[in-house]
Amino acid sequence: MRAKTLALPKNRRNIWGTIISQRELIIMSVPLLLYKILFSYVPITGWTMAFQNFKPAIRNTFDQQWVGFDNFVKLFTGINGERFIRDIRNTLAQSILTLVVGYLGAIVLSLLLNEVKNIGFKSIIQNITYMPHFLSWIIVAGLVSSALALPSSGGIVNIVLMKLHIINEPVQFLSNPDYFWGVVAGSHLWKELGWNTIIYLAAMTAIDPALYEAAEIDGANRYHKMWNVTLPSIKPTIVILLIMSIGWILEAGFEIQYFLGNGLVIEKAETIDIFVLNYGIKMGNYSLATVAGIFKTGVSIILIAGANFIAGRLGEEKLI
Amino acid sequence: MKIGKKNLSAENVIFTTLNSTFLILLSVAMIYPMLNTLAISFNEGMDTVRGGIYLWPRIFSLQNYRVVFHMDTIYGAFMISVLKTIVIVITNLFFTSMLAYALSRREFIFRKSITVLFVMTMYFNAGLIPNYMLIRDLHMINTFTVYWLPNIISAFNLIVIRTYIRSIPESFIESAKIDGAREFRIFLQIILPLCVPTLATIALFVAVGSWNSWFDTFLYNSAKQSLSTLQYELQKLLASAMNAGNTSAGVGAAAAQSGAGNVTTPQSIRAAITIVVAVPILLVYPFLQRYFVNGLALGGVKG
Repeated sequence: MRAKTLALPKNRRNIWGTIISQRELIIMSVPLLLYKILFSYVPITGWTMAFQNFKPAIRNTFDQQWVGFDNFVKLFTGINGERFIRDIRNTLAQSILTLVVGYLGAIVLSLLLNEVKNIGFKSIIQNITYMPHFLSWIIVAGLVSSALALPSSGGIVNIVLMKLHIINEPVQFLSNPDYFWGVVAGSHLWKELGWNTIIYLAAMTAIDPALYEAAEIDGANRYHKMWNVTLPSIKPTIVILLIMSIGWILEAGFEIQYFLGNGLVIEKAETIDIFVLNYGIKMGNYSLATVAGIFKTGVSIILIAGANFIAGRLGEEKLI
Repeated sequence: MKIGKKNLSAENVIFTTLNSTFLILLSVAMIYPMLNTLAISFNEGMDTVRGGIYLWPRIFSLQNYRVVFHMDTIYGAFMISVLKTIVIVITNLFFTSMLAYALSRREFIFRKSITVLFVMTMYFNAGLIPNYMLIRDLHMINTFTVYWLPNIISAFNLIVIRTYIRSIPESFIESAKIDGAREFRIFLQIILPLCVPTLATIALFVAVGSWNSWFDTFLYNSAKQSLSTLQYELQKLLASAMNAGNTSAGVGAAAAQSGAGNVTTPQSIRAAITIVVAVPILLVYPFLQRYFVNGLALGGVKG
């Protein structure tokens, strides 16, 4: 046995030698790799369900009825198709609106916070605005639904808007589908606005004070400095975060739509994730739900790869 | 020049006033819903229905909390939520940092391949149904295991910890090796103590994530009441309130719910539970706050 080992080519023998000498590192890591393969890669074999008329009662996957690409056709045609395409629209609309509102909000708020010179005041504001980030979506959904309720139920938004005479009649925020995308974007804004400023504020602390001094000597006022010094300095951060979020554009969030999306607003509320949940878990149509999931994963991977490519082209650090 | 400066300072005063006012209004908008919920939770239930409760209870009452703490479902769910969070934090930190240590060693032959396989999982997901089928096939539906076992390693934290371990001088490891220490001992007795600042930050984030999650309970354990979590109980209450359409619709139903003289309503019970669910997070918040600004900024640069 030993002679045979010695007879192997040199580098091959080296590999086995390395493996033996690193056996402790291997014991520490390879079981965890196998664990990860089980929980993240093995489920991909479930994608075969997409090509079957899957019946959960049949345990052996090969006994299922194979239907080729029928489910893919079904997903995009007929009644299912109408619903799925509507859900793609909802996902994109909610996601883009949330993104635009959230980005502009965070950038404006960090610019304003950056102008506050009183450290104590600044940190109080920061801490208060960070807090909603740590609340669960269920709590947020509860708070949002109370805040947007009718004045008779204590809906503060309606009460304030009526006191300020911006509206004369209470607005039915939660039962009018036209408001739903706005409600989703608003909820995200409330929860994440403060938290999203952290990265911009961190970028702003890295700005060389000499730039501001030089601008002052040139006669720049506060707004000139904000526009010509602060904003250009955080531009790389803005660009990289924007590109990164393009990769996640199909992740419109899930909880707030699920909690607040009642039957009245389903037309505007249902997203791809909720489609998967409804078809898969509630209706037991595993095959169609899996196809929808594959579609989402596929598009996401293309978008992430694209975002990565663009980031590389712009000379930014690659994300992956 | 002098005049210019004076104008500038007048302008400064105006800007500072406007800016401060805006920031204060924003903070009020952020904190009001929470304070309002707190006030409702301490207000007498039937009185709340009359409306007009803003920042302070009108008829102070502890009845809502008394009812909540006497609900068996809430007590059980609270214990499960705590237990789940503790188990996830311990297992996640231990296994993630152990793997991070192995991957931080440049000479380790499987370093690249294992890293790639983990990082890739950050960008794709097999999807809801295939994951559900796996958990079903592993007989983990309606078990406590499903809460922690699928979550013992997170790829993102893995990279953060690995980067941190790499910043520890090699000489620490080498001298330990000369003293005859094995890898596992080096990890446990040298690396782990040095990682405490990073691990503390990650522990708090993992704890918050676990405490706030409800989907695992909903998807896998909703059929077993003894494994329910606080977030899921709150979600069920919220869902029933949403179905009732109007919060005051279920008043009669809830009046029967409380045995004592005082009357509670779904709205006030929900407020009390919301506070019970949120308070643990607000308790760790001061600790979190010390770490997260630095931690996140660091992660952003190095990640």
